[in-house]
Amino acid sequence: MAVVAGQEKHDLREPAGWRRTSNRIVTALMVLAFVLVIIPLGFVLVTVIAKGASVISWSFLTSDIPVQVVPANQGGVGPAVVGTLEITALATVLAVPLGILGAIYLNEYGGKNWLARLIGFFSDVMTGVPSIIMGLFIFAIWVLHFGFSGLAGAFALGCLMLPIVIRSTDEMLKLVPNALREASYAVGATKARVTMTVVLPAAIGGIVSGALLAVARAAGETAPLLFTILSGTTTVNKNVFSGANTSLPSQIFANASSPYPGAQARGWGAALTLIAICFILMIIARFVTARFTRYSR
Amino acid sequence: MRTVAQADPATPAGSARNLSERRPLGDRGFQVLALACGLLVLVILVLIAVSTSQQAASWFSTEGLKIFTNNWDPTTNDYGALAFIYGTAITGIIAVVLAVPVSIGIALLLTEVVPYRWSRPIVYVIDLLAVVPSVVWGLWGILVFAPWLQGIYTSIASGVKGIPVLDSLFGQPVSGASFFTCGIILAFMITPIVTSLSREVIATVPAIDREGAYALGATRLEMIRGAVWPHSQGGVVGAVLLGLGRAMGETIAAALVIGSSPEITSHLFATGYNMPSVIANQFGEAFGVQKAGLMGIGVLLFALTIIVNVIARGVVERSARRKRGA
Repeated sequence: MAVVAGQEKHDLREPAGWRRTSNRIVTALMVLAFVLVIIPLGFVLVTVIAKGASVISWSFLTSDIPVQVVPANQGGVGPAVVGTLEITALATVLAVPLGILGAIYLNEYGGKNWLARLIGFFSDVMTGVPSIIMGLFIFAIWVLHFGFSGLAGAFALGCLMLPIVIRSTDEMLKLVPNALREASYAVGATKARVTMTVVLPAAIGGIVSGALLAVARAAGETAPLLFTILSGTTTVNKNVFSGANTSLPSQIFANASSPYPGAQARGWGAALTLIAICFILMIIARFVTARFTRYSR
Repeated sequence: MRTVAQADPATPAGSARNLSERRPLGDRGFQVLALACGLLVLVILVLIAVSTSQQAASWFSTEGLKIFTNNWDPTTNDYGALAFIYGTAITGIIAVVLAVPVSIGIALLLTEVVPYRWSRPIVYVIDLLAVVPSVVWGLWGILVFAPWLQGIYTSIASGVKGIPVLDSLFGQPVSGASFFTCGIILAFMITPIVTSLSREVIATVPAIDREGAYALGATRLEMIRGAVWPHSQGGVVGAVLLGLGRAMGETIAAALVIGSSPEITSHLFATGYNMPSVIANQFGEAFGVQKAGLMGIGVLLFALTIIVNVIARGVVERSARRKRGA
């Protein structure tokens, strides 16, 4: 504020009175909104780390789930760690390729025709379908006929991931410049070849990071697994294709409603393990985005 | 030289048929494969509707319109789902009322106030909120948050005792696990999606509108009211509806903190139940009509969220199209 000496201090750039006050109040409210969000997030993370860190050890991550009531320092969540990793990996193998191909149809073949618009619209809608509905759906069409298994859980998680992968991949494919496609067609490449060798590699960073975020979301889901994997098992089930399985979220859910301090402590330990897995996936996704993205918005 | 508009550079106009006949089998196979994967979305949605309705058929046929009564009691074989529908509506409304002002505030903070290099870390923090799994919110909610809230609820309840409307909303009975606790947890969970969608909408406001408002001497608040809000109203409404859809379908956190008692009451601090949480809690042990009933609640929930999401996406797309046209 440059004020010439002797003159009255009056700056036309600064509004005065109520206009200025109301403007400041609203800006303060915006900052307050952000603070209101940080506080619970901080509380959750601090509580999970504080209560979980005292439980987590190598034996906690590898031991079987206790059948009886035991203190916090005994038993572990080994089968749940194994179950979460196998089921999520299987769901990824099922959903990611299908999702990428679906997005290729939307962007490379469908373009603006009615079918592609319909599919695009309903993949958006499908991301809003509650995850428990996916569990009921797989229960109705798979579990009733073939029984509980990690595979059934992977189907349910896959249904959840599919629209997310389609949407994120579609966004990334849209960013690939048309000149790349046209140059490839000009030298006589077929559409499939252009898509696989030019368009996909150009967008691969964004596609991988979108897929990782979908995996992180699926790894934390409990509801689709409730009726598909029968979380009752207490030992490691290496066969993801048959027999009851379990997962970290399922164990947290079971332990959260338990009255025993030992079980609750194992719930916190499992929560810390799960959050660590999700955060690692998210950080890798950020790294991939930063390192390998060629075209961004 | 005039150029003919080409839909697809792989089949240039004039020689289209010739080229498409010469397309190798693998190329066409790939197209069919991609189409099949795209159609998978529609197939899954139809299959969800058909298969769950089939499993729920015996509930719809034995109970008829009684599915909308307030009486869910497996011991007397009564399966009316009204209390769960009510709970879903109440918790959804509480979540939206709490989350929307906060989300729009953060979205405006990100787009209108802070410089770009600060907005990225803020976005990371909001994204972290989305990465915390539902069940961890539930665990924290029931073991830490609910016991703490119970004290606050109790003092609010004694404060409003005797005051007509407030007493029936915030009075006794109170419980740590309640409609309101569930609503707060759901609000945390939908804040990231409402924020990021509103932010996307607000970011499309043309810079010239903003600058015009500032040039006329508007304060930031006046600029937001005059330039940003009229432009992004529709999109923000869509974002709010999407948040509502998420809140209605969120299962595990709700199942842990809602208190699990099927009651229709105006007391927001009392225990309740909602549609996803009753499915999560009872489906495993249910059989017969009860199992069909829970499946049927799933069908209703599916229909409800599809309707909300279709309307929300429609609103968002329409406002986006209008903006492109303008």
